[in-house]
Amino acid sequence: MQAASQQLGNAVSLDAVTVAFSVADGGVYTAVERADLSVAAGEFVAIVGPTGCGKSTLLNVAAGLLRPAEGSVRIFGEPLRRLNPQAGYLFQADALFPWKTALENVAIGPETAGVASAEARKNALAWLTRVGLGNFAGRYPHMLSGGQRKRVGLAQVLIRDPKILLMDEPFGPLDAQTRQIMGNLLLELWTADRKAVLFVTHDLEEAIALADRVVIMSAGPNAKIIGDWRVPLARPRDISEIRLEKEFHDLHREIWSVLKDEVLKGYAQSTLAGAAS
Amino acid sequence: MNRAGLLALQLLIAVVLIGIWHVATTVPIGGVKLLPPFFFSTPYDVGARIVKWLVEGTIWRHLYITLLESVLAFVIGSVAGVMIGFWFARQQLVAAIFDPYIKMMNALPRVVLAPIFALWLGLGIWSKVALGFTLVFFVVFFNVYQGVKEVSPTVLANARMLGMSERQLLRHVYWPSALSWMFSSLHTSVGFAVVGAVVGEYLGSAAGLGYLIQQAEGVFDVAGVFAGMIVLAVFVILIDVLVSMVEKRLLVWRPAPGDARA
Ligand SMILES: Nc1ncnc2c1ncn2[C@@H]1O[C@H](COP(=O)(O)OP(=O)(O)O)[C@@H](O)[C@H]1O
Ligand SMILES: [Mg+2]
Repeated sequence: MQAASQQLGNAVSLDAVTVAFSVADGGVYTAVERADLSVAAGEFVAIVGPTGCGKSTLLNVAAGLLRPAEGSVRIFGEPLRRLNPQAGYLFQADALFPWKTALENVAIGPETAGVASAEARKNALAWLTRVGLGNFAGRYPHMLSGGQRKRVGLAQVLIRDPKILLMDEPFGPLDAQTRQIMGNLLLELWTADRKAVLFVTHDLEEAIALADRVVIMSAGPNAKIIGDWRVPLARPRDISEIRLEKEFHDLHREIWSVLKDEVLKGYAQSTLAGAAS
Repeated sequence: MNRAGLLALQLLIAVVLIGIWHVATTVPIGGVKLLPPFFFSTPYDVGARIVKWLVEGTIWRHLYITLLESVLAFVIGSVAGVMIGFWFARQQLVAAIFDPYIKMMNALPRVVLAPIFALWLGLGIWSKVALGFTLVFFVVFFNVYQGVKEVSPTVLANARMLGMSERQLLRHVYWPSALSWMFSSLHTSVGFAVVGAVVGEYLGSAAGLGYLIQQAEGVFDVAGVFAGMIVLAVFVILIDVLVSMVEKRLLVWRPAPGDARA
């Protein structure tokens, strides 16, 4: 009974999710095996794990882009059968439409939903301004810096007001300063409107600084969730300052002691696989 | 290098080449001219011929015919290439069935078709349009096909997550991608349209630049042949400049080639 009501409150809940890929030589690669993960409504959860462990795979499952071989995916208690209509997805790779301007990229979501073009554009401009790109509305993606493109991507997703925000290493390719600025921007937007966030990163510091909970994945194959920590740091937070606090360091040390082994394992695996192929 | 400097160097090449031509055809070295004017004409004769054509006004009709044939071949070939390329890319079964035939037709040297088109469509413009069409169509077809196929999977996934229906995907993702590939092959397809027109005229017609060159060749009028070739070259360059301008407008969203931040 307790478990059921708990599930209803969860924006996302993955139960014993297994994802397998068929690979070129005819075999099957089980990337993720029996992973359990839940995100409560309004909760900010960060997933950390070594490269190639299956973080993007889990997000794709939560987005409905990828069907798990086994296990169940529930979105606000409902089994997910098709694409997740409640989710906004900020992809790891560049996903903006290169042939649309920043404004058109942001307006396309509402336009797709049937909002009149003029109104969609007005709203899009407001969102671009909110992410600090009000003066860049007419630029095409290739005329924007990596950080600016991520901001457009964020606006593109948030303008649709999804209940769930899936973010795949959104600040991965950015430099340290820009990452902090983007992190603060994200927290600011999230504080104004608390969505359930599933945030993938390979950067443990970033995860602790941003999230309510940090979840650790083991190295693949057969990756699963091997750790789950609550972040006791008070909000509102400033990303650059929070790193100086003692609680931050203690938690970082504790999680890192678990993560370190997995990172080494993941590294060994990826180099092994590289040598074999 | 700035534009003026570049243009100056480009003109210098022409001047040097014409200079060599002039010297070799008019100045005897050790009693013989390096290039006999009977076979190579002279820059002066060729220039005089072009001026004569322009002054008498005979050239305009031929230019107009060639231009008309090229434009028709380009437009019809492009429309067909876009539609069929798009259809094939979206219907894998259709593409698989027609694959060997497409390859066969594309490998066929189009020149062998010219007499057949002349037979079917007569010696007027349409046999030339048909020849240009067979060249333009395949360029556009392959590019559009590729453009639809090579849409970034991430962009596609993003579009779907943003709630696009299949029809909206066509309009906002596949279509722009296909067109961008088509536009990036604009120089090739426009060039082929002109080639089709001129070769068709050359092989049998009563008007056009190809006809002009063919007529001159028939009477060993080398100056006429060269004059025709030069007019054709200038014609092609002007069209190419026009295409570049159009391309620049259509592909504003593309990073310039060599822009590392692509
Ligand atoms: N389409 C696919 N086919 C085969 N293997 C895949 C496919 N997608 C991902 N993988 C494998 O699954 C594992 C997890 O990938 P991914 O979720 O992208 O990792 P990451 O944690 O870096 O985001 C990797 O080892 C990757 O090689
Ligand atoms: Mg990834």
